[in-house]
Amino acid sequence: MIVSPKKIITVCSLFFCLLLGVILTSLSLGAAKIGLPHVLRVLIHHAVYFDSPAGPEGLIILYVRLPRILLAGLVGAALAVAGCSFQALLRNPLADPYILGVSSGSALGAVSAILFGLSATSFGMPLASFCGAIITVMLVFHVGKVGRGLHTNTLLLAGVIISSFFSAIIMFLISVVQNEDLAKIVFWLMGDFSFANYRFILIILPYIAGGMVALYSYARGLNLMVMGEETAVQLGIDVDRLKKMAYIFASLITAAAVSVCGLIGFVGLIIPHSVRMLFGPDHRLLIPASALMGACFLIASDTIARTIAAPTELPVGAVTATFGAPFFIYLLKKRRV
Amino acid sequence: MALIDVKEISFRYANQWVIEDLSFHVEAGEFWGIIGPNGSGKTTLLKILYGLIDPQRGGVFIDGGELRQMRRPDIAKKIAVVPQEAQIRFPFTSFEVILMGRSPYLGRLQFEGRNDFEIAERAMRLTDTLRFSRRPINELSGGERQRIFIARALAQEPEIILLDEPTSNLDISHQVEFYDLISRLNREKNLTILTVSHDINLASEYCRKIILLKGGRIFKMGSPGEVVAEESIRQVYGSRVLVDENPVTGAPRITLLRKDPSNIGKSEAQAK
Repeated sequence: MIVSPKKIITVCSLFFCLLLGVILTSLSLGAAKIGLPHVLRVLIHHAVYFDSPAGPEGLIILYVRLPRILLAGLVGAALAVAGCSFQALLRNPLADPYILGVSSGSALGAVSAILFGLSATSFGMPLASFCGAIITVMLVFHVGKVGRGLHTNTLLLAGVIISSFFSAIIMFLISVVQNEDLAKIVFWLMGDFSFANYRFILIILPYIAGGMVALYSYARGLNLMVMGEETAVQLGIDVDRLKKMAYIFASLITAAAVSVCGLIGFVGLIIPHSVRMLFGPDHRLLIPASALMGACFLIASDTIARTIAAPTELPVGAVTATFGAPFFIYLLKKRRV
Repeated sequence: MALIDVKEISFRYANQWVIEDLSFHVEAGEFWGIIGPNGSGKTTLLKILYGLIDPQRGGVFIDGGELRQMRRPDIAKKIAVVPQEAQIRFPFTSFEVILMGRSPYLGRLQFEGRNDFEIAERAMRLTDTLRFSRRPINELSGGERQRIFIARALAQEPEIILLDEPTSNLDISHQVEFYDLISRLNREKNLTILTVSHDINLASEYCRKIILLKGGRIFKMGSPGEVVAEESIRQVYGSRVLVDENPVTGAPRITLLRKDPSNIGKSEAQAK
């Protein structure tokens, strides 16, 4: 059962095929029913001639559904990988990407953007939410820093406390300030992909891809980390550095993901667990497999969110929890037997 | 040149000195025990010996190189540590845990190769752990888990193995089995062993040199016969003991005595 490059490639290829299947299925589903053959025809035509698609169906596929699906996939992958990293960093299987307060910081940023009228521009809210998240990350880092390294328990406490402090400010702002735009924040807090476009994807892609590659380069170190900090030192790991890097990059990809779509829960918690139950805890396989499975899961959830009660859209965060929780419980039960 | 040279080290947490002006040196192939009461600085000393913490004064030299100047992977190639008890929440298999011992030899993105698998397998054969190589580490018994940690230490191909109260959670049969194994590795592989122990009898039985710590200083250092004496034990631990010889091996053996002699015989009377 030892993780080898061959095993990683096999598992990831399988997940990649699954991902393609999910993407194609999702492209064909929606208010306008478009058959799978037609979807394929549009995609191939576009890939070959790279021109504007003919007909409304082509437009729907390429400019409405595809960017949304790609964004959901990217965010799903980011949250899943951030979840893996935080679970290893804190040596706590219950950790998720929001545990250290990134979520509250980005929410505060988003609310501020609305109050200062920045949300009128398409970049205002994502930018403000990203800044809010990064400021929180730096604050928590500063509090959790002890001597050369990060103290995990202090980090955890700092995250929780800063998080509730920011939540209080958000509540205060929402209740005091009269602003019609503030309704947007409700959707944002539950996760929303309806504003997806290619520009968002291009902006967050470097952060998320770069962050994931950086985290993957620490995969073996993270394996030793979950065995205990002292054990990792005994086995030759510079733990102080590893913790800082894992914290910074996992926070960065979380911040990037959250800034474009709001707070989507559950992905970062259940995906790493599911993959660990299926393929073991080695991060060299866990990280890439979680990324692909997270992408599949969030695309599927968003597809359900936009189709199940059409024309009304459900918040995608509600869908991930509704479908994720039973699935997770099933996995837990299956493992115990 | 000594393999481990500890030169006048002092260490403090905040304002409290826990190790004070401590010096000794260990030659290759020796088997040392570190004993002393709770809070005497045993575990702190061990942490200093593999560079987890640096002493504020003095230094530790391994093969002539100062520990604080060495890179972590280079330390891990020379020194392996067997922990007391590890709480592991992630279900790595035993073989995966042993392979982690190869970590200091691997590049950041490098995978274990044939050579690493062979070394891990040899370590498992030496520790008789091949049987449960596929079982998750968190499902093993305490004795089995400690053997896995020795195997992991061996996979590091170190010159020195440090043990931190390795048998404190094991029953007597596993304690003896554990130290027999360590003792064999010491003899056959010429590994240098330093073990921190709460059990004076075990230390005196297996170690050839013993350091008795009191309040972060060396109270006495030498062969078990020199260190394990009624008077030293009384002065360091504050308890009266009887020292005689293990009838089989001749190693010094302590017998605990009650602090309140008036109770002696009472339990016997109650039993009747």
